[in-house]
Amino acid sequence: METVRNAATDVLLAGVGGQGTILAGKVLARAAQLAGRDVKVSEVHGMAQRGGSVVTQVRFGPCVRSPLIAFADVLVAFEQLEGLRWLPRLKAGAMVILNRQTIYPLPVLTGAAAYPQEIPATIRARGFRTLVLDGPALAAQAGSAKAVNMVLVGALAAELDLPGEAWSQALEDLVPPAYREVNHRAFDLGRAAAGPRARCGSVPVS
Amino acid sequence: MKELLSGNAAIARGAFEAGVTVATGYPGTPSTEILENLARYPGVYAQWSPNEKVALEVGVGASLAGARVLVAMKHVGVNVAADPLMTLAYTGVNGGLVLVSADDPGMHSSQNEQDNRYLARMAGIPMLEPSDSQEAKDMVGLALDLSETFDTPVMLRTTTRISHSQGLVELGARREPARRPYRKDAAKYVMVPAHARKRRLAWLERQEALRRYAEECPVNVIIEGDDLGIVTSGVAYQYAREAFPGATVLKLGLTNPLPAELLRRFAARVRRILVVEELEPYLEEQLRALGLTVEGKTLFPRHGELDPVVVARANRYNAGPPEAAAQAGEALPARPPVLCPGCPHRGVLYVLSRLKLTVMGDIGCYTLGVQPPLAAMDSCLCMGASIGMALGMEKAAPDLATRTVAVIGDSTFFHSGLTGLLDIVYNRGRSTVIILDNGTTAMTGHQDHPGTGRTLLGDEAPRLDLEQVVRGLGVRRVVVVDPYDLAAVRKAVRQETAAPEPSVIIARRPCSLTVPPGPAPRVDQAACTGCGNCLRLGCPALALVEKVAVIDAELCRGCGLCSQVCRTGAIKEGDGDRA
Repeated sequence: METVRNAATDVLLAGVGGQGTILAGKVLARAAQLAGRDVKVSEVHGMAQRGGSVVTQVRFGPCVRSPLIAFADVLVAFEQLEGLRWLPRLKAGAMVILNRQTIYPLPVLTGAAAYPQEIPATIRARGFRTLVLDGPALAAQAGSAKAVNMVLVGALAAELDLPGEAWSQALEDLVPPAYREVNHRAFDLGRAAAGPRARCGSVPVS
Repeated sequence: MKELLSGNAAIARGAFEAGVTVATGYPGTPSTEILENLARYPGVYAQWSPNEKVALEVGVGASLAGARVLVAMKHVGVNVAADPLMTLAYTGVNGGLVLVSADDPGMHSSQNEQDNRYLARMAGIPMLEPSDSQEAKDMVGLALDLSETFDTPVMLRTTTRISHSQGLVELGARREPARRPYRKDAAKYVMVPAHARKRRLAWLERQEALRRYAEECPVNVIIEGDDLGIVTSGVAYQYAREAFPGATVLKLGLTNPLPAELLRRFAARVRRILVVEELEPYLEEQLRALGLTVEGKTLFPRHGELDPVVVARANRYNAGPPEAAAQAGEALPARPPVLCPGCPHRGVLYVLSRLKLTVMGDIGCYTLGVQPPLAAMDSCLCMGASIGMALGMEKAAPDLATRTVAVIGDSTFFHSGLTGLLDIVYNRGRSTVIILDNGTTAMTGHQDHPGTGRTLLGDEAPRLDLEQVVRGLGVRRVVVVDPYDLAAVRKAVRQETAAPEPSVIIARRPCSLTVPPGPAPRVDQAACTGCGNCLRLGCPALALVEKVAVIDAELCRGCGLCSQVCRTGAIKEGDGDRA
């Protein structure tokens, strides 16, 4: 009955402009490429980056055609409201990795709209497997508040069928040397927080 | 190993490999990264021009001199460059010239979603449409070969999902650039009427030759399948392959001119033909004109982007609900793009909003000031339009003259504001033009321009002095203010809108993303009455929590506007403590 046929694994990385979704998407895409998969990534630059909703779409598999995802297997939500926003583009039974962080959009700041309550419960109630992470706390534990994106990538790695070496090499390739250690730590903490599904840890290549 | 490249990076790579030595353009989403990438390759001279018309003219000169040339711009930029383009189609080229038009279906970052395939057809020049990054790279080389073989400029038309999507690309070596000799040929390059009449005939002959070539062109390909036929091009091809996996597909890489015989042969072997294309029924109408029975815009929307779901919805051969798990419907708070914390535009827009002035706006970050609470924008049409429109307002309605201002950024002013200002001076207007000078082309990602003192290649350049330029155009009243000083901005705006002659206010402050932040202000919780006046600034770093103003010190850039608008003095200037 499926109308959109593909053998790809589809990941949505949704957040607010400036949260680091683009680097997270790069690491995922690089890991998939290193694992020998075809990869496509789609994102929007320009006006949308000025604090608006942003999404990076990553698809990998034996052969990827459309750069846009029809319905995703995994949603990594860097912010709670943005998680809610993308639920309509998920497959039944998809996985949601939800960063606990909330960032109020302007209509909420000015009192024109209310920020939705109990977002994790809402997501679970719709039947999605949901992992809620305290990204900022784990990033701080790793050594930098800015490493939230790598915490989330670590949790994503636990969910996807890509080898650990591909992930650690992707981090080596894409993170500047000065931030590498912190990012590896953040990745490992995220991966560990994702629970028993986690496979081998990420070992920095020196 | 293949490299993961965006369409834009792939186009730059393709230009490098094809021996391009001169590249020009003006920044505009989604085209900007083409030149930014190309500027990093050795042996390529790349430059930002003040606007797209000049960019194309520089490109034409370089082609005449014998170089292979790439010129890049967004779709609406081609409107600006249309004047040289339409006649360049007559003269033809010397070195190959490819014009990249990056269209923006869905208007992610644009004021319209015009379909530039019609411009290529109007100009009568060949047009190539890649469907992924690999093709984007390869088609640059093909475009330059066609340009030199057929003596014509060639359009390479992308859309946002080609420009900004990444795919794996096989890299090749650079073809050694070989400059063709320059030869004076007035009959070909001097378009006085007597010459142009002959060139128009040459243009018609060339199109016949291109039509014959289209039948054999290697980028028009058929993918064998069942008796459902799909005709498609660009990124829509990828969606169609997923939505109609069994269909027989004619993928058109060359979409001007179309291969009539190939289309007829294709039509004869399938039972039904669907045309899957984004935006206008460009292919559909031409297929109908060939006498073919096709379906297109009755099934697929003419507005906005296509995607795999939209295309699959029209798939009546494989009907069934899309496999979405949750349906949309609930109204979530929108998260529109906003002016950044510390944005120097905010102070000016706040004052204009409080003074209830009519604001002729322009293209740039400041357009974001249209949203509440600032709501300080009455118009936004195209690059440079603010200035001419302000003059038109005052000529039609003298009572509006003292209450109307034009607001334009520095890069946009250099792009096409100069001539508008000249018009105000010449035709004895009294409009006030506010130039928001943040010293960069901010919206597209901080590109240099004639006022920044630096070129695309990173070299130092003469820094154009805005005051001198404006005075040189004949404006006598020129005021420079700091947009972080609300009282000064208010005074200047009141004074200059009252003055019965043309005036220019330059609000000067670097884009807050390009300079280190200052200390965040502190809120004296006891003094804050929760009046919410500070929220009128529309700053993402400010909120009222339980009726007390709260400043997010992580986001705050320390511009100090909130402490200036606080009525009770509860928001104190920062003391250097940052979280």
